[in-house]
Amino acid sequence: MSITRRQILILLPAAALSWKYLLAGTPELAPSYTQVDHWWGMLIDIPKCIGCGNCVRACKTENNVPDGYFRTWVERYHVDDFNLETPTVDSPDGAINGFPESKEHGGKNFFVPKMCNHCVDSPCTQVCPVGATFDSKDGVVLIDEKYCLGCRYCIQACPYGCRFLHPVKRTAEKCTLCYHRITKGLTTACAENCPTGARQLADLKDPNDPIHEYLRTHSVQVLKPHLATGAKVYYNGLDGSVR
Amino acid sequence: MPVDGFMYPNEAELQWSVLIVLYPFLTGLVAGAFILASLERIFHVNAVRPTYRLALLTALSFLLISPLPLQLHLGRPERSLEMYLTPHRTSAMAMFGFVYLWYLMAVLVLEIWLDYRHEIVKLAISSTGWKRIVYRLMTLSSTNISKGALKVDDRVGYAVTMIGIPSAFLLHGYVGFIFGSVKANPWWSSPLMPVVFLFSAMVSGIAMVMLLYMGFTHLRKQMIDMRCVDTIAQYLLYIFLIDFALEMLDLIHRIYEADESFRSLGFMLHTKLFFSQVILQVLVGTVVPIALLGLIQFTNLAENLRRKIYATSAVLALIGIFAMRWNVVIGGQLFSKSFLGYTSYKLDLISREGLFVATGLMILPFVVLYVLIKLLPPWPTDTAQVAGAD
Repeated sequence: MSITRRQILILLPAAALSWKYLLAGTPELAPSYTQVDHWWGMLIDIPKCIGCGNCVRACKTENNVPDGYFRTWVERYHVDDFNLETPTVDSPDGAINGFPESKEHGGKNFFVPKMCNHCVDSPCTQVCPVGATFDSKDGVVLIDEKYCLGCRYCIQACPYGCRFLHPVKRTAEKCTLCYHRITKGLTTACAENCPTGARQLADLKDPNDPIHEYLRTHSVQVLKPHLATGAKVYYNGLDGSVR
Repeated sequence: MPVDGFMYPNEAELQWSVLIVLYPFLTGLVAGAFILASLERIFHVNAVRPTYRLALLTALSFLLISPLPLQLHLGRPERSLEMYLTPHRTSAMAMFGFVYLWYLMAVLVLEIWLDYRHEIVKLAISSTGWKRIVYRLMTLSSTNISKGALKVDDRVGYAVTMIGIPSAFLLHGYVGFIFGSVKANPWWSSPLMPVVFLFSAMVSGIAMVMLLYMGFTHLRKQMIDMRCVDTIAQYLLYIFLIDFALEMLDLIHRIYEADESFRSLGFMLHTKLFFSQVILQVLVGTVVPIALLGLIQFTNLAENLRRKIYATSAVLALIGIFAMRWNVVIGGQLFSKSFLGYTSYKLDLISREGLFVATGLMILPFVVLYVLIKLLPPWPTDTAQVAGAD
């Protein structure tokens, strides 16, 4: 069987499209998505983060995040020896353009990506006066923007500074864990665009998800564990200085 | 917003403005005024009788206005009714709406109506024009003012006040709980917060009614009942002392425990909150009025001087309690939850949450009070009756 040049020219674009489709993953159709079969969280591997800010840019583009507000951001820590309690931290514009060269010398330096922790016992959900902030059955904390009063009690209640008042909609807003994507079998925009794989979406109810193996074999921590919010963003290599 | 050190990027913008400072201040005045009224009704402190009705009307005026700053502050004020229609049961703020309604309708309005019903019925007959219509509506078709009926009014009124005292405690304790239950914020998160709010509410309410009583009596060119004012000032002093002790207990506890937030909070006390907390709240608004009120207990000063000292102490106490609300609400947002940085609050002049609106909201309860006093005069027209009241 021989293929003519004409046939190759027709097949190549089709093959390219198929390959792109394969790379993107097969999206699960939303109607077949069953909430109770999933329990979403996120794994952040601090040693892998290079502070490029790709995740922040991807999040902004994907979710139309207004300027000056952040659903995710990256912090840069500089910790002098024996000075865990007063690290030097910066996050210029949430690191949407990465970081300028550090002026700090010595000590240790690392990047910490931050986002909503999708807490099991989320203080923001607890305080919302109308239930506009709610826990979905698959473990994602979401906001019904058609219902939110804009009272901002949730913003006060979030210990991680993940929420803001949308300047135009005048309702509370935060990371949705790209719910419109993950319910279709895709990963989050930030995880998809992380060049080093420092962010991994995790389905804690899926026995085949590599998160289980990872959690068994690594020392992971959540942010502010003393507040017992049931945070589901797990950090590998989290330094004691991180707030 | 100018930021010192590091704040989480979404934190630089302050969420709760001066309007949220006004809200606990106004509700505090309500609770305090009501407690003063109940002194006469329940605890039979007859000396304060001249202020009984004024205290109730003051409480109602402030209560009617107190939800306005919240409403103006909402991002989507048109949805505020949802808080009543579909409340979220775990939310302190949602439940506050019901506490407020309960207090307004089941306690304050009912108690005032029962207390004034006798006069309302008489005024509905004697007055003319639009006033007649208003008074007739206010009778709610209950026109029986026989001795038996008035006795029933009195008994029910007593029961309502009995329910009213814990309700007043609940009203303002709950405001404290809205702040005290936020575990994310160490400046707020404290089981003492509702108690401190409650006692400071009593201080502000009692001071306000005392000031209004003296002011109105002066304007009406009547004699101030010194026995009444002396007694109120005495209660004000006692409650002030408890309030101050509680606030100091909270402060000492924080200093001694010195947990992770302490460095941040201590820094604020020395810088951004030094004037409003140390100078205004503690020194000018608490220590000075306590010293002045205490001085009177141990000396035998002339009436004229006592009146001036009472007025000064009441004004200072109100400034101090307002500063306390300011330091809680605004102070609680000036530091980062990372404890690594600080922001500032700049009060706008002309905006929905600016100084003009806040001033207007502060004046509005007095306008309401003026209307209420015109409709339901809290004092007997005959001065002899005032003197003979107790």
